[in-house]
Amino acid sequence: MPAEPVAAGKVFRYSFGSLGQYIIIMANNSADILEEYSDKEYEFGFVTDIEMDIAPRGLNEDTIHFISTKKKEPQWLLDWRLKAYQSFLKQPEPHWQNFELPKIDFQDISYYAAPKSRAKYKDMNEVDPELIATFEKLGIPLSEQKILAGVAVDAVFDSVSVATTFKETLKEQGIIFSSISEAVKEHPELIQKYLGSVVPHSDNIYAALNAAVFSDGSFVYIPKGVRCPMELSTYFRINSENTGQFERTLIIADEGSYVSYLEGCTAPKRDENQMHAAVVELVALENAEIKYSTVQNWYPGDKEGKGGIYNFVTKRGVCRGAHAKISWTQVETGSAITWKYPSVILQGDYSSGEFYSVAVTKNKQIADTGTKMYHIGKGTKSRIISKGISAGEGQNSYRGLVQVGSKAENARNFTQCDSLLIGDRCGAHTFPYIESKNKSATIEHEATTSKIGEDQIFYLNQRGIDTEKAVALIVNGYAKEVLNQLPMEFAVEAQKLLSITLEGSVG
Amino acid sequence: MLSIKNLQAKVEDKQILKGINLQVNAGEVHAIMGPNGSGKSSLASVLTGRENFEVTGGEVLFDGKDLLEFSPENRAREGLFLAFQYPIEIPGVSNINFLRTALNEIRAYHNEPPLEAKEFLRLTREKQKLVEFDAKLTNRSLNEGFSGGEKKRNEIFQLAMLNPKLSILDETDSGLDIDALRIVSNGVNKLRSEKNAFIVITHYQRLLEYIVPDFVHVLYDGRIVKSGAKELALELEEKGYDWIKEPVTTASV
Ligand SMILES: Nc1ncnc2c1ncn2[C@@H]1O[C@H](COP(=O)(O)OP(=O)(O)OP(=O)(O)O)[C@@H](O)[C@H]1O
Ligand SMILES: [Mg+2]
Repeated sequence: MPAEPVAAGKVFRYSFGSLGQYIIIMANNSADILEEYSDKEYEFGFVTDIEMDIAPRGLNEDTIHFISTKKKEPQWLLDWRLKAYQSFLKQPEPHWQNFELPKIDFQDISYYAAPKSRAKYKDMNEVDPELIATFEKLGIPLSEQKILAGVAVDAVFDSVSVATTFKETLKEQGIIFSSISEAVKEHPELIQKYLGSVVPHSDNIYAALNAAVFSDGSFVYIPKGVRCPMELSTYFRINSENTGQFERTLIIADEGSYVSYLEGCTAPKRDENQMHAAVVELVALENAEIKYSTVQNWYPGDKEGKGGIYNFVTKRGVCRGAHAKISWTQVETGSAITWKYPSVILQGDYSSGEFYSVAVTKNKQIADTGTKMYHIGKGTKSRIISKGISAGEGQNSYRGLVQVGSKAENARNFTQCDSLLIGDRCGAHTFPYIESKNKSATIEHEATTSKIGEDQIFYLNQRGIDTEKAVALIVNGYAKEVLNQLPMEFAVEAQKLLSITLEGSVG
Repeated sequence: MLSIKNLQAKVEDKQILKGINLQVNAGEVHAIMGPNGSGKSSLASVLTGRENFEVTGGEVLFDGKDLLEFSPENRAREGLFLAFQYPIEIPGVSNINFLRTALNEIRAYHNEPPLEAKEFLRLTREKQKLVEFDAKLTNRSLNEGFSGGEKKRNEIFQLAMLNPKLSILDETDSGLDIDALRIVSNGVNKLRSEKNAFIVITHYQRLLEYIVPDFVHVLYDGRIVKSGAKELALELEEKGYDWIKEPVTTASV
């Protein structure tokens, strides 16, 4: 397998070392009842008609000036974007992945789209009703319900934040929860200090692209010792045709604070592939804890894989102080290609990182996902639970790096990596990489592969449970350990999503 | 209740059932015996609708309805239950969650509302007692890591919970110790009524001492070659199967 060597001093690059073994498991099951595929259309495949302010297609320095001017940004941010653009130009596209990367024409993408109407609303009545209807259709009540449920919603429609609720309550505790653009204006000192501090603008080609053209995203700051009283949540949605999405999220948990952040997405049906290259940066200072949960349900493409989203996102957190904790939980069901490795840099002594993942691929979907845990401080701990589910011709790869530095005395890692196969044409692949420079480290890796067998389905059928429900029962049971990590409300949604996603994947 | 006429079925181009005739009425217990590979489990598979078996002739009426027209889940919902010879393990799915889903699916089919949690738990406790099924096992993953005997007992526990009209017990006795055999048999006997019926597949006369059958049939090479009263089982135990060679054309009772 092609592996880019890790250059000294550049350990955080988008690459995996050549050390470590990998295992390839191909499904080989002749059960043909498991072969058939449903014509079930993507549930959320509709397009909202809202006037857009769209940048001309193409990418050059003018595009970046256009975006920066539109957003009335300060000079330092424009300079940063331009530097990122330069490093984007220098970077090759990655080549180590376990799938054929479609050629992406970066000049054929429009890099900015914003709703033309007023960007700020005092209350919901001012928001474009069609926009609200869209959210309703997605089952995201941006209304009293959510507020009563204790969720503050920063809704990102295409690229610009249009509605923010609950801000006042948060403000009382000194919590900042706003769009990045707003934070650039109101808290430039925080942005200048932390933007790009975890994922540098030169990190990888997609991160560089994001830094150059990012449109908007969320910003969170939790002050010292504050426990954020509610789940913070952002719903992303790709809407405009051929509009690349370059969201950027920055979350800072100051000493001794706690925050749980939810990110969920769905996208309307589109014919041309849309690329999404988001960047998420998390900073947890001493004794702080950040829990970041994602449910990703972007359009996966039709049965032939046409029209799906390419999701190339860079997510990374750093435990900067002692006893800090960062936990990633993800449920990935959408996108034609998902390519992401939420990582944790365990810099502070006794800090800990967790990664809980369920990734589903069906039809022609590809998921290459996993995590990277960099143990730098002493006594650092990491835990990785990955559950891959493949159906149809879906290809699912777990790729994980556990790296233990020479000063990471008594570092511990536990990795459990399970694959579930539905049918005989899908594949599950596991690429665990372990690089340890400290003999006192304990690294454990467990892996299993199982199949939903015809006989399991028949057993459940014989008890009066139809095949759809049988698959849902088995899959939800299999993913339980990860789903349990999600906040209650989200867990229920995720469970439903898994069932809907796999509907019709067993004949 | 169940009327099988000249049932023929094949699997992978191999003719397994070569014309089965059997009539089971409500309130009856039928035992089916016969050498290994004679087609006993295959008969159960065909009746419950296993996909890899192809019916090549004959008919099956279940309460007057054409059973073979139903999907496997609808056969179950119509009241047909199979206690498997080899119960399958399903990791991650808790026994209790599975049972609740099954029960409510069957209820929905009959336009009944789902059982409330409290009522469901009460029922679970009651039936657990009936087959002396360990409470700890109900919370574990379905059959995962269960001993052979525990799996068999779980089948009967499920039977008790789902309360089917016709139950087929495929070698439920094999793998059970003597105490378990007695407990399971007692459970089945308590579940027997004028409204339901049982087909008990077994190799051993011992089980039939506990669950006393009304009829005993011998399945040989895909046909029922002999039928009789419970004494036939004793005779088989003594003499083996060699003396039964010629197939009989009708075994309906
Ligand atoms: N899926 C299958 N593919 C091929 N042959 C099969 C299949 N299932 C059953 N058979 C064959 O059908 C015949 C009958 O098998 P069956 O399991 O019904 O026997 P049985 O009477 O239940 O035997 P036992 O007493 O050992 O349980 C055997 O020859 C068996 O090998
Ligand atoms: Mg058998």
